[in-house]
This record gives sequence, structure tokens and C-alpha cells, in this order.
Amino acid sequence: MEDGIVLTMRGICKAFPGVKALNNVDFTLRKGEIHALMGENGAGKSTLIKVLTGVYEKDAGSICIDGCPGEAHIHSPQQAQEIGISTVYQEITLCPNLTVAENMFIGRGKGAIVHWKEYEKRADEILKSLGIPARANQELSRCSLAVQQMVAIARAVDMNCKVLILDEPTSSLDDNEVARLFQLMRDLKAKGVGIIFVTHFLEQVYQVSDRITVLRNGELVGEYVVEKLPQVELVAKMMGKSLDDLAELERIGQKGAISDNCVYEAAALSSSECRPFDFHIRGGEVNGFTGLLGSGRSESVRAIFGADRVTGGKIRIKGKAARITKPHDAMKNGIGYLPEDRKRDGIIADLSVRDNIILALQVIQGMNHPISRAKAEAFADEYIAALQIKTASQDTPIKSLSGGNQQKVILARWLLTHPQYLILDEPTRGIDVGTKAEIQKLVLKLAEEGMSITFISSEIEEMLRTCSRLIVMRDRKIVGELTGDDLTQAQVMKTIAGGEQTDE
Amino acid sequence: MSKKKNGSSGLGQLLIPLIALGILVLFNLFRDISFFSITMRVNNSGNIVLAGNLISIIDNASELAIIAMGMTLVTAACGGQDISVGAVAAISGAVLVKVLQGMGGITPVSLLLGFLAATLVTILFKLFNGTLVAVFRIQPMIATLILFSCGRSIAYWINGDATPQLYAPIIDSIGKTIPGIPIPTPIFAVLLMGLLLILLFRFTSLRLYTQSVGINQGAARLNGINPTTVKLISFVILGVCVSIAALLGVCRMHQLNHKNLLVDIEMDAILAVAIGGNSLGGGKFKLIGSILGAYIIQMLTTTLYAMNVNPVNIKAYKAIVIILIVVAGSPVIKRGLTALWKKLRTNKAQTEGVN
Repeated sequence: MEDGIVLTMRGICKAFPGVKALNNVDFTLRKGEIHALMGENGAGKSTLIKVLTGVYEKDAGSICIDGCPGEAHIHSPQQAQEIGISTVYQEITLCPNLTVAENMFIGRGKGAIVHWKEYEKRADEILKSLGIPARANQELSRCSLAVQQMVAIARAVDMNCKVLILDEPTSSLDDNEVARLFQLMRDLKAKGVGIIFVTHFLEQVYQVSDRITVLRNGELVGEYVVEKLPQVELVAKMMGKSLDDLAELERIGQKGAISDNCVYEAAALSSSECRPFDFHIRGGEVNGFTGLLGSGRSESVRAIFGADRVTGGKIRIKGKAARITKPHDAMKNGIGYLPEDRKRDGIIADLSVRDNIILALQVIQGMNHPISRAKAEAFADEYIAALQIKTASQDTPIKSLSGGNQQKVILARWLLTHPQYLILDEPTRGIDVGTKAEIQKLVLKLAEEGMSITFISSEIEEMLRTCSRLIVMRDRKIVGELTGDDLTQAQVMKTIAGGEQTDE
Repeated sequence: MSKKKNGSSGLGQLLIPLIALGILVLFNLFRDISFFSITMRVNNSGNIVLAGNLISIIDNASELAIIAMGMTLVTAACGGQDISVGAVAAISGAVLVKVLQGMGGITPVSLLLGFLAATLVTILFKLFNGTLVAVFRIQPMIATLILFSCGRSIAYWINGDATPQLYAPIIDSIGKTIPGIPIPTPIFAVLLMGLLLILLFRFTSLRLYTQSVGINQGAARLNGINPTTVKLISFVILGVCVSIAALLGVCRMHQLNHKNLLVDIEMDAILAVAIGGNSLGGGKFKLIGSILGAYIIQMLTTTLYAMNVNPVNIKAYKAIVIILIVVAGSPVIKRGLTALWKKLRTNKAQTEGVN
């Protein structure tokens, strides 16, 4: 093995039934380096980590670790730990009701007799040497999340790890805590530990990392030195576009007139999941929230619909002040919301297609005004035909439909309520190309008929094709708004990456 | 075609309980055909009434059937069961008797007032359970364990250690038969409760709401349904069921015994829901399944008595049969049977093709 290299992974392949999660991926980690692993959802980051830590068995490829002659065969997380690969996950996997020292040494004693006094002394030394503000005999749950995270790291470091994997370590930390964690990471780096840093916060990558490896659709895009990869190029690589061939795709564009009156206006709207933001949409307008995964786009529209706990903000519907704190309020004000996670938040799996279609309208009408069976059947027939939903019958449980057809049923559910404002969060995720195009066309047709629509998609092309205004988010903040000639892939990526901010 | 498909899938859930009932009937036919004989006879009060095993099965299962209906709704909405129904029934009976005593005699009016008061109190106790489950998100089994353990003590505080005896024509009319009508009154109570619920489902969308909350609470909320309200409603309905069952139980025994009134009925009610093919994890439900379940349990008991099985052993025999029914309705067996059925059909289709 070359000098200075602690880990090489070569030609790693891993397939799951129906998906190639990793295809011939290489990864190299050097001593004393912080190496960011980047990629959008489904790029293969977590699969690669799980292969490395022995959670999954690789189908092909080789892994070599410094200090182990030959290929390393990792069959379990236990084995990975023994040869020096430690992982700290996003959710803290320590025991909150034990002390810091107990957490650091639990499961590591050789015999049955444990010398806690000794351990406490050693724990204090380690904590001190790493500058972690915690005492060994303190109960872990009394430490802040960041300190708990650091204790997990200290535990990993003390097990003589050569490779430390930090999987989304910062997602539940505030800015000060992040700074503290980064200091610890730099200290470890100085001690020669190789750190793999998985995150979706772009700015954090540029704050601490030395190198970046980008994955996309299970394949390696490339390995780059941070200084030589501007943010905007990183975004382009993650999304699979090279800046040069960002030829403008033909936009179908909006044909219908957009009215001057706002259908929905929010000022400083905030929820338990998102920071205050301003937003408005006009009659017949299609706009969209864009940004990378975790940028806060879904959280923002959830706040509009009252899906999370609304914590503040003023809302106007057609100019009149309104109060929307729960989904029912939003529905009464003519707002519909197709959620991002269809399985978890959308479908009522065991109920029939018909019941799933009439559900929202039924709730708006109220419990005491049930939709008659005959009417429900007529509604279901109408929308099954209009959206070409492929189902054996309207009595079929929705769970036995394909993903695309389930999505159409949920879409039908909201169209049936004739909303004036419809929010579609990732309506085309995980469905086939044909259905995607159908949904895009439908969105534009509805807007022509005067409906206002907010459209969210991970696929930029799709958004450019349908939206006349894009709100760009990064790290849970709105960082720009693009309209007209600015609606190009290059401009969107620049804004996401923070190169140019059009307005704030 | 689509309608037909619906029919068969609807029957799917009831298949196992219907088969179980069929086997019980066949077994009794071969064992002793006189098991099914129904006669007219004059009872102690001088009324002409129908008598026979079938009548007594349907009659004696009434309290269980009524409580099973309420239990079905709670199960569907909350994905858990209320194990305090028997204990709260004792409270309900105690309130009823206290009101009767307070009003100085048993008249139709005092009985009606007593029943209304008892129902109100029962609903309040059920709302206590419901609040723990729906608002504080406590596991239903744990939340209802509280009243399960202390309910009969509360009944004791209301009425003391006495077992008040109740004798009046109106008590007989409710617990046994109304003069001139040969069919036991509790059977009508089951019909009435069933009818009330059917009307409730017909004129409100409670069924859709309950199933949605039971299947996917999060999605239901995002469609504007308030899961807490839906769960509380299911507990209120269970409260009404428990109160009616307590009234029947008290009138049937002519007395209130807080230790024995509807004792152990919670487990039988849960069992009835399960035998009826309803998922104890909540979601879709069929009331008729639970009612069938109640009658199956009662028929089993009566059959065993008719076979002169020692009462001490009856529970053990019952357990064996119930294991068989529950395993037959389990997902593993169901999947196996479906696969077998498909295989048989494709085989048949193939041989037909060859011919």
C-alpha cells in the first residue's frame, strides 16, 4: 500500500433486487485527511458506507486497510471496528442513561471484571486531550447533542481507529456546536486519523474538507481537491450536468395569464421545522421551491399547509387575513397538498382506490355529510378515466397499485376538492417517464385554468419546464428567486451554490 | 366484474369465522340433532317463551356481542384494545342500582333515568381511557389497565359490599322476555345496537375516518382528519355499548354483584374481534365479523356444556378450539391457502386447456 494512504476501495459493486446501488466505485482515503462524500439522494453514499462497515456484503471489488496485509474482509460492523473503521451515525447510538465513561468503554472489556474507576480516569484524560467539555462521571443525557456526538467520536478514536466515518453528524446541531465539532475533526486530522465526512450541507464541506468524492446513481463521478472544485461545479457534478453542456432545454412554459392578485401570501411564516420565510403565489401561477436535499424546500411547503407545527407568521388568502395552523384550515382555504413521501404521508394503504380519492373532499364536507356510495363511485370513475389510473377496479386497495398510479390517485384526491392552490411535493419521484410527462402537462393545464400551483422536484429540468418562478433554497434559507431569462440550469446551480445571489 | 371482485374480497375476512361456525353446527348435528330443537314453554313468570340451545346461545351472547361491536371500533381507530370493559360495566351497574335505590323503587321511569346516568358515567370513564390513549399516546393496553384493576373497587365504593337484589316486572322484561313476546329481550338489544351503528355509518363518514386513522394516522392528519377526535368518538361508542351490556347483565341476574358482573368479558370481546377476522392492529374492520365471533364463542361454550364437560375443564377445551380458529385465520395460513387455491386453479386451467 502506498505511503500515507489508510484506505482504498476499488471496483466496489453492490446490487439490490432491481437496483444497482454501487457500480464499480473507487474510493481512497489518506492519512490525516477529511474527505467529503457527496451525492444526491440515491447516489450510493450510504450503501458505500455500509459496505465499508460490514453492514452489507459487497458483490465485487476489494478493500485494503493500512496495517492489514492483503485484502480486508469485512463481514460485520464488529469486524470493521476491529480493523480500525469506526462510524458515528446521525442519530446518536449511545446509551443516554449511562455515564460518559461507561458509554466510552461499554462492550470493550475483555473479562467479566470491569475497573470503572480506572476507566473514568482514562476517559477524563481522553476527553481532556480532545478538548471535549464533558466529565467522565456525568450522565450522557445531561450533555448537549453536540457533546454527545463528540463522546461518540471519542469512543471511536480511543478504539484506535484509522478511519472515522461521520454520517451526517451536523444535521441536528446548531452553528456553535458545528464549529466545535469541526475543531475536534481538525484536531483528529492533525493526529493522523482519516475522516470520511458525509453531509448534504455544501458550505460545511468547504469549511473542513480536503478532498471531495462525488457519487451519482451508484457510480463514481470523480475525486477532487477542494480548492480546485468551486461550489457551482460541485453542484453540477452532483446533479450530473457539466457546466459546458448546459444547453437550454426547451421549456413548455406557461401559456395562461397569471393574474396580478395573490392567491396566497405569507409573511415571516415559520414552523417547528423551518425558519421564517416570506412567500406568495398569484392566481394561475406555477412556481417552485428548489435546492438540494435537506435545503428546506419540503419543510417550507409543509409550513404553508400547516403540516408541521406552525410557530409564527401572517397569512393572507386572496388578500384577506387567514389562520392556517393545521391541515384542515388549509383545506378549508382551498389549499391542497400532495406530500413528498407518498407511502408514509399520502396513501391509506388498505383502503380502496375510491375511498382514497374521496377522502379529502369528504373531510372538507364534514363528517356529518357523507358522500353517498353512488356519488363516490361516480367521482372515482371520473378521475380514474381523466388521469388514466391503471387499476383493476375502484375497489382495489391502493397498496396494490404501482407507484405512479398511487400518485395519480392522490393527485385525483386533491383535484376532486377543486383547490385554488395546489402544492405538489415531488409528484414525479419514483414513477416512470411517461407518467412524469403526463403529470407535468397536467400541472400546466391546471394553471391555464386558473389554479395556482407550487411544484417541487429534485429534477431541475422538470422544474424549469413547468415553473415560471423558482425560489432557491440552501441550508434552510431562501437564497434567491429566479424568473424569466434567469430560469436556466446554470443560473439555478449558481444560486444553489451561492455564487450569485439575485435577490434576497 | 369489479363489483363481483369486491363481493368475494369482502367475504374473505368472514370466511374463517363462517367456516368455524359451520363446523360447530355440523359437529352438533352429528353429535346430537336434538341440540337444535326449539320448543315453546312457559317460564317462571307464566309467559310463553321459545326455549332451546340455539335460543340460549343467541340470548347469552348478547352482552358479549354488544361490547364486541364497541371494541371493534376502538381497535380499528387506536390499533389497541380496551381491557377495562368488564370493570367499567360493574361501575355502570353500580350507578344504575344507586339511582334506582335513590328514587325509592324500580319503575320504568327510574330505570330509564338510572340507565341514562349510568351511561353518562360510563362514557366519562371511557373518555378517561380515550384521553390517555389519544392525547397522551399511551399504549391502549396499559392505559386501560388502570380501570381494569380498579374499576370493580370503584363499583364497590358506590354500592358497598351488598349485592342488591332487583325484582320487578320491568327487570324481567329487559333481562328475560317481555310478556307476549317469546324471544328474549337481549337479542333485540343486539339488533338495536347493530342498527344504531349501521345508521351512524350510513349518515356520517365515521367509518372512513376511523379506518383512515387506524391505517395511517399521519396521512389521515394531512387530509384534515383529527385523529384524537376520531379515537375519542370510538371510546364514547364503546361506553354506550358497555352501559347497555351492564344493564342487560344486571337485569338478567336480578342483582348487582360488582365482583361477577360481566367478569372476564374483556378477553372474550377482544377474542370476538379477532375471530371475526379484524386486525387487532387497527384499520379496516367489519362489525358483523365481531358479532359472528361473539356467537361462535358462546356456541362453543354451550356445546361443551351440552356435552356435559366438567365446568372446570371447559376453559381448556375452549382454548384448544380457539387456537385452531385463530391459527386458521393467521396471515401465514391465509397466504398458504391463497397460494394453494391459485395453484389448484392454474392446474385446472391447464388440464382444461389440454382437453
